[in-house]
Amino acid sequence: MNGGNGIAIDVKGLTKSFGGREVVHDLSMQVKRGSIYGFLGPNGSGKTTTIRILCGLLTPDSGEGTCLGYDIRRDAEKIKRQVGYMTQRFSLYQDLSVRENLEFVARLYGLTDARGAARDMIKRLGLSGREEQLAGELSGGWKQRLALGACTLPNPQLLLLDEPTAGVDPKARRDFWNEIHALAAEGLTVLVSTHYMDEAERCHEIAYIAYGHLLTHGTVEEVIAKSALTTYTVTGEDLNGLAAELTGKPGIDMVAPFGTSLHVSGRDVAALEASIGPWREKSGLHWQKSSPSLEDVFIELMGRSKDNFQ
Amino acid sequence: MSAVDHPAPRREIRERFGFLRRSYAMLVKEFIQLRRDRVSFAMIIMLPVMQLMLFGYAINTTPHRLPSAVLLQEDSDLARSILKALENTAYFRFLYEVHDVDDFDNLLKSGKVLFGVEIPRGFERAVRRGDRPALLVAADATDPVAASAAIGSLGMVVQTALKHDLYIGDPPEMPFEIRAHARYNPAASSSLNIVPGLVGTILTMTMLIFTALSVTREVERGTMESLLSMPIRPVEVMFGKIVPYVLVGFVQAFLIISIGVGLFGVPLIGNLFLLALLSTLFITTNLAIGYTISTLVQNQLQAMQMSMMFFLPSILLSGFMFPFAGMPAWAQYLGEGLPLTHYLRIVRAIMLKGATMQNLRFDTLALVALMLLAMTIAVTRFRRTLD
Repeated sequence: MNGGNGIAIDVKGLTKSFGGREVVHDLSMQVKRGSIYGFLGPNGSGKTTTIRILCGLLTPDSGEGTCLGYDIRRDAEKIKRQVGYMTQRFSLYQDLSVRENLEFVARLYGLTDARGAARDMIKRLGLSGREEQLAGELSGGWKQRLALGACTLPNPQLLLLDEPTAGVDPKARRDFWNEIHALAAEGLTVLVSTHYMDEAERCHEIAYIAYGHLLTHGTVEEVIAKSALTTYTVTGEDLNGLAAELTGKPGIDMVAPFGTSLHVSGRDVAALEASIGPWREKSGLHWQKSSPSLEDVFIELMGRSKDNFQ
Repeated sequence: MSAVDHPAPRREIRERFGFLRRSYAMLVKEFIQLRRDRVSFAMIIMLPVMQLMLFGYAINTTPHRLPSAVLLQEDSDLARSILKALENTAYFRFLYEVHDVDDFDNLLKSGKVLFGVEIPRGFERAVRRGDRPALLVAADATDPVAASAAIGSLGMVVQTALKHDLYIGDPPEMPFEIRAHARYNPAASSSLNIVPGLVGTILTMTMLIFTALSVTREVERGTMESLLSMPIRPVEVMFGKIVPYVLVGFVQAFLIISIGVGLFGVPLIGNLFLLALLSTLFITTNLAIGYTISTLVQNQLQAMQMSMMFFLPSILLSGFMFPFAGMPAWAQYLGEGLPLTHYLRIVRAIMLKGATMQNLRFDTLALVALMLLAMTIAVTRFRRTLD
């Protein structure tokens, strides 16, 4: 049942099109058991589609693989028993109370003592005192905690979380991630899609997907190293003007403002340094060579993939 | 490419005719949405055309060629000419010839025939003797509209029947008497017909809507996605969604029948348990059809429209508003495909005629068949994935 090899998700060559538009292209990935795997990429990059394929909600046009050792095409029903899927949009019943929602899920999975299971989960989620509140009336942060609770209730082996923290305040986000780490420590595998870089850095491994193509994957350090990007951070006056002038110069792959500084990055160090040369001595500007941030890497990857695939 | 690279020219905001402008914006948007919603668009055309064609041709309030039976206790020439004369009025069509009173009663009770003509033993001889014997015509008057024109035509039958007969000498003023007996509803009270019919009609409407919205509601609220990701099978979803409303429908049926009996004085001659049992079957059939609708449509508006598409023919072609026997054959075939048609026969027969399960076998089986058909379509149509 476990596949025996410590791999929770192992898929090859997944492809899926909607109405002639390819949303996922030849996607292969492996996720180790007990790890937190971050799934990053711009909107519409195919993250949600991939997650839906993994939990049997969509059938891939081509490609194959296993999820928890079960074939994703043939054993969708078995996968569903072992997988907790948290949808991007809140998809519990808004007109049921917290307790009723959890009891519904518990009964559906056939847990013995559904009431008890729901009661325990309410305690674990810190929702005691709110159990009779309608789910639709909860705040964003509580809704998301409840949704996580509902999908962990039947003790799944794998959690698929689709942008679970979108639109949630920083405190609730931190609590949520602490919970995810606690679950992973208990042996759960977690695949989580996100837009937030700080969340990506909390993952054991990440993958970056854009326009349906998986562009890079590995640990955060590996991804940064693989990018072979050199970044200069500039501070000083009139950075907007500088950004406009530098954009498009040879060797400069990306110019991106970060608060009061500007990140200028390129893969070809020599060309990059030649291009920024005229501005390096300019008074009022302070240049510093730094290692690229994860965000630099992703924005550069995205910019490049746009040219390739669109 | 960013907005900075290609600055758009600044546009003025016009203040005049603000009301019209904003209404126009809304109107354009609505038209676009309507055009995108293909099913709604089709319904706009289909609904009126189909309904008009269907009902314009199918409805006939003075039905002819009504199914009839004859209880023949003597086989004489006179009897034959009388039957011929009855058929010549174009109101009667003899489908059954029986020789036993029980068979005769059962035909009327089960609704297979609307009229029964009884020609007693020794009829011809009595006529020749000038005894003025009685010819009994029993009419199923549960639907007074269907029966009245035919009953009215009986008077002239006597004359025409004898015109060509070998009667020797001038026939007396009235050689025999036709005794029309309006069974089950002697006062021709229309509420006796309509109230039991309303039980079925109201149940059709409410049950259909309950389940027709059930699946689309899950889809529209986004709960379908997590429901599908959980280990539940389509049949289980269906039963879970139908069963609660069986109880609701049962309460409704109880209410309507109680009011009908208590307030409108509709008799309840038959077995109450049988009525409850078959009503539950009818309720379940409608719920199954409603559920099927909800697996076929994409949103709640379409679900309502499709329910209407089903409900209107149910009212008009089932025999609720217009006599079933008066419809052309094709409309009757359509009507047989509607659960309400069968339930109307069942509920009228049990309440007004005291019919038994034996009399109602066909309609019961038809309801079961329609229910199973709807459920099969629903389960196969239910999408287990989001593809």
